[in-house]
Amino acid sequence: MIVSSDPALIDAITNATLEAFRQAQITLPPDVITALTNARERETSEIAKGELSNIIANLDMARSRSVPICQDTGVPIVYVTIPPDIPFTRDIYEAISAGVRQATKEIPLRPNVVDPLTRENSGDNTGVGMPAIHAKPGDRCTITVLPKGAGAENMSRIAMLLPSERDQIVKFVVETMLLAGGRPCPPVILGVGIGSTFDGVAALAKEALLGPIDCMTPFEEELLAAVNSLGIGPMGLGGNTTALAVKVRTGGCHTASLPVAVNVQCWACRRATVEVSY
Amino acid sequence: MDLCTPLSHEVLMLRAGDRVTLSGLVYTARDEAHIKMIEEGIPFDPHGAVIYHCGPVIQDGHIIAAGPTTSARMNSLSGFLIEKGVRALVGKGGMGRQVADQLKGRGVYLAFTGGCAALAASRMTLKGVYFEDLGMAEAVWAIELDRLPLVVGIDAAGNDLFEGVNRNAQSQFRKRFQAKKEMPA
Repeated sequence: MIVSSDPALIDAITNATLEAFRQAQITLPPDVITALTNARERETSEIAKGELSNIIANLDMARSRSVPICQDTGVPIVYVTIPPDIPFTRDIYEAISAGVRQATKEIPLRPNVVDPLTRENSGDNTGVGMPAIHAKPGDRCTITVLPKGAGAENMSRIAMLLPSERDQIVKFVVETMLLAGGRPCPPVILGVGIGSTFDGVAALAKEALLGPIDCMTPFEEELLAAVNSLGIGPMGLGGNTTALAVKVRTGGCHTASLPVAVNVQCWACRRATVEVSY
Repeated sequence: MDLCTPLSHEVLMLRAGDRVTLSGLVYTARDEAHIKMIEEGIPFDPHGAVIYHCGPVIQDGHIIAAGPTTSARMNSLSGFLIEKGVRALVGKGGMGRQVADQLKGRGVYLAFTGGCAALAASRMTLKGVYFEDLGMAEAVWAIELDRLPLVVGIDAAGNDLFEGVNRNAQSQFRKRFQAKKEMPA
């Protein structure tokens, strides 16, 4: 059994966190790049094509200059899996926070995390409950990061529907995009949570964004087609591609409840996973 | 069309939906800078000037990342700039009817692709700064652009591309979902 305060393990977790943020901020996952490239091919309007060309040129530029894709480098959201041989302790959380501080200085990231009421900025992207860390048991120790910008996050919505309103789910998802318009930097990816509890459904919606966007269920395809029928298009300038994908996660819920949450993700769907070697 | 600052009457000929490039000096300004300019005056010559809604990341005198911020936050703060001779506002997401009216016969709103911070930085040179006390994101940075690719979002005749897209989205939504509501349960 490893001791979780072992300095070598702490360092390994900190380094993996830093590395995951570096990857996520500078390059997008291949499935997202492919979706953006395919969208450019599909668009018929010159304006929409132009916006997607700018996005693709921006990705090349970020990679070649090793700089963040967007100046809103988001708030740090971290998913960690804990294998059986590592005790689950506070040290793991502290090692991840240290990785966030280092990433802020070295990549660099814009310091975005503030106290919600005084609005005082911590300067290092940490705060109470920040980074937002979600831990789960796993076979290996992995760090997955999902830095989340405010433009898209602010457009997210939650509804406590009635069990008889299952047919309202599609409407709620499409309405969320209608209200958002061009503000969340479309083409977006929508993470949809269905079921669970008031808090749990929002977590499901966010976790849905971790899945690959190159495979969708028929229900996800139906939601995507409905969202794209709005014609909001890249950056709200009109076009066929309002969303690149819709991803759904479900969870068991109370027989009297039907929670639904939509977490909006801008085109810069920054996610990366690094395995901790210890 | 390739535009170069200071801008003049040429902007009046642009139409919403035109794709243009912009070169020359622009000034960044977000909420705080607008408020300070209203209180203390505009620190640069506003005639033919261009305002860029942006809070850049600057490191050692170089622009690292400088994508556009949401322009709508400046909807009620932009009239005085247009009155003093500013010919173009650059940002993302569009602006309201109030700004479209203020721009009539005077200037345009140009949209730059949100999130394209690295692309923007690669076409920029830092020239100076005003109101540095406001902090990095809120200060007014004088930046020279080299052919930044933009779309005319609002033209000087009051046509607003975003408004048109939004109206169409509303009608698509109504067609799809509100007809069902009328059906008897």
